[in-house]
Amino acid sequence: MWGYFAGLSWRSLRRTPALTALMVLTIALGIGASMTSFAVFRAASGDPIPWKSHQLFVPLIDLWGPEHHDDDKEPPDALSYTDATALMRAHAAKRQSALYPVGFSLIPADASRSPFTVQGHAVYSEFFPMVDVGFRYGGSWGETGDEQHLAQVVISSALNEKLFGGENSVGREIDLDGTRFRIVGVLEAWNPQPLFYDIANGNHFGSTDDLFVPFNWAIDHRMQTRGNNNCATDSDPGWDGYLRSSCVWISMLVELPAVADAEAYRRFLDGYHSEQQAAGRFDWAPNNRLHNLPEWLAHEHVVPDESRVSMLIAFGFLIVCLFNVIGLLLAKFMRRAPEIGVRRALGASRGRIVQQFVIESGVIGLVGGLLGLGFTALGLAGVGLIFDPDIADLARLDSELVLATVLLAVIATVLAGLFPTLRAAQVRPAWQLKAN
Amino acid sequence: MSLKPILSALLHNKAGAILISLQIALTLAIICNALFIIHQRLSYIDRPSGLDESELFTFINVWVGRPADQNLADLLLRDLQTLRSTPGVVDAFFSNSYPLRGGGWSTGLQRQLGDKQPRAHAALYMVDEHALATYGAQLVAGRNFTAADVNEYGSQETMEPKVVMLTRAIADKLFPDGDALGNTLYLSDKVSPSTVVGIVERLQTPWVGGAWADGFYENTILVPYRSIAEPGGYLIVRAEPGRRDEAMKAVEQRLLASDRMRVISRMRSYEEVRANAYRRDRGMAILMSVICGVLLLVTAAGIVGLANFWVGQRHRQIGIRRALGARRRDILRYFQIENLMISLIGVVIGIAAAILLNLWLVTHYEMARLSLLYILVAAVLVLALGQLAVLQPARRASRVPPMVATREA
Repeated sequence: MWGYFAGLSWRSLRRTPALTALMVLTIALGIGASMTSFAVFRAASGDPIPWKSHQLFVPLIDLWGPEHHDDDKEPPDALSYTDATALMRAHAAKRQSALYPVGFSLIPADASRSPFTVQGHAVYSEFFPMVDVGFRYGGSWGETGDEQHLAQVVISSALNEKLFGGENSVGREIDLDGTRFRIVGVLEAWNPQPLFYDIANGNHFGSTDDLFVPFNWAIDHRMQTRGNNNCATDSDPGWDGYLRSSCVWISMLVELPAVADAEAYRRFLDGYHSEQQAAGRFDWAPNNRLHNLPEWLAHEHVVPDESRVSMLIAFGFLIVCLFNVIGLLLAKFMRRAPEIGVRRALGASRGRIVQQFVIESGVIGLVGGLLGLGFTALGLAGVGLIFDPDIADLARLDSELVLATVLLAVIATVLAGLFPTLRAAQVRPAWQLKAN
Repeated sequence: MSLKPILSALLHNKAGAILISLQIALTLAIICNALFIIHQRLSYIDRPSGLDESELFTFINVWVGRPADQNLADLLLRDLQTLRSTPGVVDAFFSNSYPLRGGGWSTGLQRQLGDKQPRAHAALYMVDEHALATYGAQLVAGRNFTAADVNEYGSQETMEPKVVMLTRAIADKLFPDGDALGNTLYLSDKVSPSTVVGIVERLQTPWVGGAWADGFYENTILVPYRSIAEPGGYLIVRAEPGRRDEAMKAVEQRLLASDRMRVISRMRSYEEVRANAYRRDRGMAILMSVICGVLLLVTAAGIVGLANFWVGQRHRQIGIRRALGARRRDILRYFQIENLMISLIGVVIGIAAAILLNLWLVTHYEMARLSLLYILVAAVLVLALGQLAVLQPARRASRVPPMVATREA
């Protein structure tokens, strides 16, 4: 029966090629526009570490007080050196790391090669197991490296490829701005997008770290942050004055596996605030935050507003297209009232008529979806003109998106066809036969 | 021609009319907001930077091996000499950022100290006496910095300039009486005041777009420093007319020849800087234009399709009317007026939807209130589109011969 209906649909569509083409094109355009913007949105809003994102938290401390708030009462989005090191010393989470972006010039051992800049983060050794990154060779510098402030470095597999052709470089040295660093580990290929462990510094997409150095080494050597530095008041002169200041420039990531751990950490943060209050540093009520990773990504607007607005507009466009299709299907189905009359008179039930027209809308949707797939591919090719190329590169037409595109087209068209279908099923056979 | 028969015919055929009305309403709502977004983005792009951008280029120079402060100061001066003596180069200077770069420093400025005193926010550029000539920025009052004004600025030092220059925008904001020149202001509450010695017509901040940067995009303060706080920074160079590309190559070669322990990166013409800064704005404007265009086409196609269907459906009635004496022009009018009525209903619903959509965008995203002008423009556009789309079906209807009335059934 289904095959028969599909054949009928095909013949009926071929009888009105212009109208059919118009409907197919309308659906394809609507689907193409909305799936393109959806692909970009999906790329930008993906969870970079889905298996663990709800166990990773970003603590924030309100060290500036209500005077410096904007209207939203939110504490600053990074920590001061004083607070970051206090949280590290307290060690109240399963794992934790203060971190900030640093940059070096790398001077190749081979004098004929020019120096080049490398970027990375100053982190604690617990950072690596916390973000679940594997090592191809070696490992982290461990707690001893943290405590002894050693010039040790973990490099990315890309940098290892560039410098050593991908062989095991553990134990070898690299020259970063005149300091000889010993390589203790080489990471697996790792490119989390967005760069979730340092969202506050704004380079969410497209940047990857070449290396990681011990936090304490970076502080000892007065490495300034390559990211944001926000100060509520002037700091005293010199590096020590800067470290004592209320300037915020350090990000913090903590791992809290269970819900109870997060609760305990919240209490710990409030306790810390009260301690500082007692010491005369803060004179306001605790206003701390502990965002888990998904909340933090939303809070920091990692998905650009452009992406959301364009998705909204594109889906609005799809709805207009569907309204259009409803109208055209209505015209098409009602034009066949005489045919419906004859079939009803010959014994076809209402249900059969409905079935036939649902299949006919489905066929239009399917063809529209396939064409829409082409438009989506075209849209994704041109999306770099509109969004950051770094985000555009992430938006791809994978099997999931292909399936979603075709399914959306078929379901949307069948839904759009429901009203015209029901109207067609209402046709009274006697009236139609008489009229002819 | 009386509207009543058209209205009663419409009421007999509600479904199609409602569909077209809703489609027009949605189209209108989307187009108003899209036009508004396009206009907003284009107005960002059109902002003058205050620079003569045509022969300008910029790059980053970073010294390798973290040289000591005194060495950095010497290296920097030597580089500037090398740059200024390179063939094809007119002038050059060193800064912590430049207009449209996307990142930089900002500071609060006060005329009087104290927490309650008004504070104005401004972008801060550390420049020397060559900056205005290199930028091609216009000094409208007072004087430029002199070589004697310019000092080194080391890491974590407190900034305490004796003299500063302001753009006209921030000068007018801080000194509404127009007496900025020769007056003093404070960069922070720990330092002595700075005297305003020059007013620059215009110099854009490093930031583009976004509500935060939008509030002060021409508020800029220039302080006479060469920063040695970091082992590198931005160099801005003006080439002789027509020799920019040649100068860009020559500059890199000569600097590397003078000292290899450096990394030169992001060598970009100002054209490139501008294109990069406004990429999102331009892209958004293109996307919205394409969506508007296709949306109008789809809506028009829908009207053509349904109107043709109605013409077919009413074939016999049209014939009867013609036989009873209606002229071809009357039939044409009939379909045009019918379309106008349907469109008007759509426009009324659409205006409400447009305002609601805009209010939602305003609360959730950085968008401004929609002005009435856009609604009017879009409404006229949609009505005209409806009339245009119905023309072909209406013509077809008007050609139905009176004979039809006698033939069928």
